[in-house]
Amino acid sequence: MILYVISVGLSITMGLMGFINLAHGVFAMAGGYILSTVMARLGVPFPLALACAFLVVSLGSVVLERLLYSRLYAAGELSQVLFSIGLILMSMAVARLVFGNLAAPIFLPDYLRGQVHVTGRDFPTYRVFLIFFSALLIVLLWFGVERTRWGAMVRAAVDNRSMAQSVGINTSHLFMITFALGSGLAGLGGALGADILPVQWSYPFEHLVSFLIVVAVGGLGSLCGPFVAALLIGVADTACKYWIPEFGAFLIYAATIGILLWRPMGLFGVRA
Amino acid sequence: MSGYTSNPRIRWQESLPWILALGAFFLMPEYLSLGARILTYILWALSLDLILGYAGIITLGHSAFFGLGAYTAGILSARYGVTDPFLQLLAAAAAAALLGISTGAVILRTKALTLLMLTLAITSIVLEIANKASWLTGGADGLSGVTVAPILGLFKFDLFGRTAFLYCLVALFLGWLIVRRLIYSPFGAMLTGIRENTTRMHAVGAPVYWRLVLVYTISATMAGIAGALLTQVNQFVGLNVLGLEPSGDLLVMLILGGVGRLYGAFVGPVVYLIAQDYLAKQYPEYWYFGIGLLLIVVVLFARGGILGLIDKVRDKWLQALSRHRSSAKASAR
Amino acid sequence: MAASALETQKLCKSFGALSVAEDIDFRLAPGARHALIGPNGAGKTTFVNMLTGRIAPSSGRILLEGHDITKANQAARVRRGLGRTFQITTLFRSLPVLDNVALGIAERDGVARRMWKPASRHTEITDEALQLLATLGLKDDARTPVQDLPYGRQRLVEIAIALGLKPKVLLLDEPAAGVPSQDSGRILEILGALPSDIAILIIEHDMDLVFRFASRITVLVAGEILVEGTPEEIASDSRVRAVYLGEAHG
Repeated sequence: MILYVISVGLSITMGLMGFINLAHGVFAMAGGYILSTVMARLGVPFPLALACAFLVVSLGSVVLERLLYSRLYAAGELSQVLFSIGLILMSMAVARLVFGNLAAPIFLPDYLRGQVHVTGRDFPTYRVFLIFFSALLIVLLWFGVERTRWGAMVRAAVDNRSMAQSVGINTSHLFMITFALGSGLAGLGGALGADILPVQWSYPFEHLVSFLIVVAVGGLGSLCGPFVAALLIGVADTACKYWIPEFGAFLIYAATIGILLWRPMGLFGVRA
Repeated sequence: MSGYTSNPRIRWQESLPWILALGAFFLMPEYLSLGARILTYILWALSLDLILGYAGIITLGHSAFFGLGAYTAGILSARYGVTDPFLQLLAAAAAAALLGISTGAVILRTKALTLLMLTLAITSIVLEIANKASWLTGGADGLSGVTVAPILGLFKFDLFGRTAFLYCLVALFLGWLIVRRLIYSPFGAMLTGIRENTTRMHAVGAPVYWRLVLVYTISATMAGIAGALLTQVNQFVGLNVLGLEPSGDLLVMLILGGVGRLYGAFVGPVVYLIAQDYLAKQYPEYWYFGIGLLLIVVVLFARGGILGLIDKVRDKWLQALSRHRSSAKASAR
Repeated sequence: MAASALETQKLCKSFGALSVAEDIDFRLAPGARHALIGPNGAGKTTFVNMLTGRIAPSSGRILLEGHDITKANQAARVRRGLGRTFQITTLFRSLPVLDNVALGIAERDGVARRMWKPASRHTEITDEALQLLATLGLKDDARTPVQDLPYGRQRLVEIAIALGLKPKVLLLDEPAAGVPSQDSGRILEILGALPSDIAILIIEHDMDLVFRFASRITVLVAGEILVEGTPEEIASDSRVRAVYLGEAHG
């Protein structure tokens, strides 16, 4: 489910701006580091630290967007891919310099540790929390996109940017806000998932393929697509490890290929 | 560069790479192993330029072919005792070609992100297989004990890399000949057309899909040969030839040198690998940072890479020169 | 024996509940000078895209010189002799004019697959391309990148590419669109000088051009053919007047 929180932001930004942002993992990593630092150094409680991660990453992403990303909207796929790779490399270097080689330590609050007893079986509390959080998130996002005016504008701009512009929607403003949201969500996801996906300097690269799979399979620009995809991947991964451990990630890649060939726009792709 | 108005005559500058390479052979004997490796990467970069720079296929999965070629050569030698270098190359080429045509036929119907994802997935699968099938591939430890019999029975692979260097140079030369011919041919012009405006190519009757599959297969074959060469030079093959990382590295090398201009594939790997040899070992973080920064700078300001910059500088210089000449003429009257 | 150069039988297209083409029975005679007109949104471009193979029809057949091409893809139709120009110039912008035309000629002649002899040495292609450019007055621009040409001349290159394919049927989608008036005269001249064995269907809004060029006109409204006939018949048809006058007022 962590994959979902992180990747939904990518789905939104890539779907909306048509920008191939491979550096999305950088924002997730930043969120994780912020959570760890803020909690350890400043003693900030967990929920506040999460909010911090979200906000700081959002603001940071706005700066990046204004300065760099916006120049490349029309630059073509190759430039975007290269740019995001460059960003990944730089941020990995900085992370390693500043935080060293070890994973950022995360101290979960007591109320989220341990186990929870549900319907006769024990589940790790944190995982249950994550599931609820993701569900809440999807509801909020759905509400925000389907029901609010902002959501309508986003949908219009995704559908047809120039039309939206001629109707008076300030698309560059919109992009900036949406990018901030998407990246902020990544930061939040990185922070939330720091316990499960350890935050270290190689994070953006390590998990790039996973994020991309979730988004590509789920469908760019959709909200539930990545949810379903993340769910499928999570289930498949666990099932594989249980039954056929030798095949590991193999099945996930093969499934990705299969799904993308059957539905090139992803399961819930906007432009199916 | 390609096309119906281009001049296919070999210009004097085009002999520079070979002169430099021979010069390195005689003057820098300590670096010949590194040199041989660089040569294999140049061949690999050439194959990528064919599909990326000319046909416009953006892929992060080119390491699949390189790695498959590398492992084919390694496995044949270490597991089955086939040591003839040409047989190893042939097998690598065949394996890579097969993978190229089968994956190409399947994925080249898609575009943009979907295509990128599929290339990534494919190279990841090959990496997984190499990782898990350790009885064949040596898994995470890699495959050592790769032996290569003397070439034509005469030239043994020596410790200093002299044979390896010349061997790779010859291979590169042949590869370069083929790619150069291809680029200047009507086929090359057609590839440029596909890259420039695919809709238009459909509308002039080009069977775009089949052409892309063909060039993808050619490129895959070349990449496979490059991979096999690397195994032969190193006498070892490991997992680092597969997956996202080497694909990304190659992409960076090509961009650095300049995409779509044939010699970018020469300049890029040379600069990148030499710099990496010096810097990355001592200051790995700074290396990553520098490369990342360089990449962003190139994307924003110097899309044509090093060769593009050289072109711009040369153009400015020529302009200044002609202005100087015409003002000199004017004042002489 | 093909009585028509291009023909559609009960051609329909709908996107979900929205029907953009209904039961279109259209005939283009050999050597025709035929125009397709209609108000905006009538479905003219959709129709052309179905003819060329960019969109698949929901039902119906398309016949090119008697051959059923309904299932054929774009490139196959082009090779059978169906050429088109695009309403929005679709050219190889950074390539020289000569290459733009030569690429099409090379496809037609099967030269495009060749990988050995340099393209510029294929003089049979370059000579033909130059000749074609000369007839359109573009010879001096042969080595200029298309994007450096004024828009009016780019439209001419668009036509040149289509002609280079030696089509038997030529679909011109608003050839004079966006062209400043001093250049559109040139386009008209060229249209008038096109070989008489090519059947031409032109889609245009410029009524002046339509009435001077076409010997037959089809009026398409809301995805259906309203009426078809000679220019005089169309000009005097009250329904057509209503559609266009309604347009002018609305």
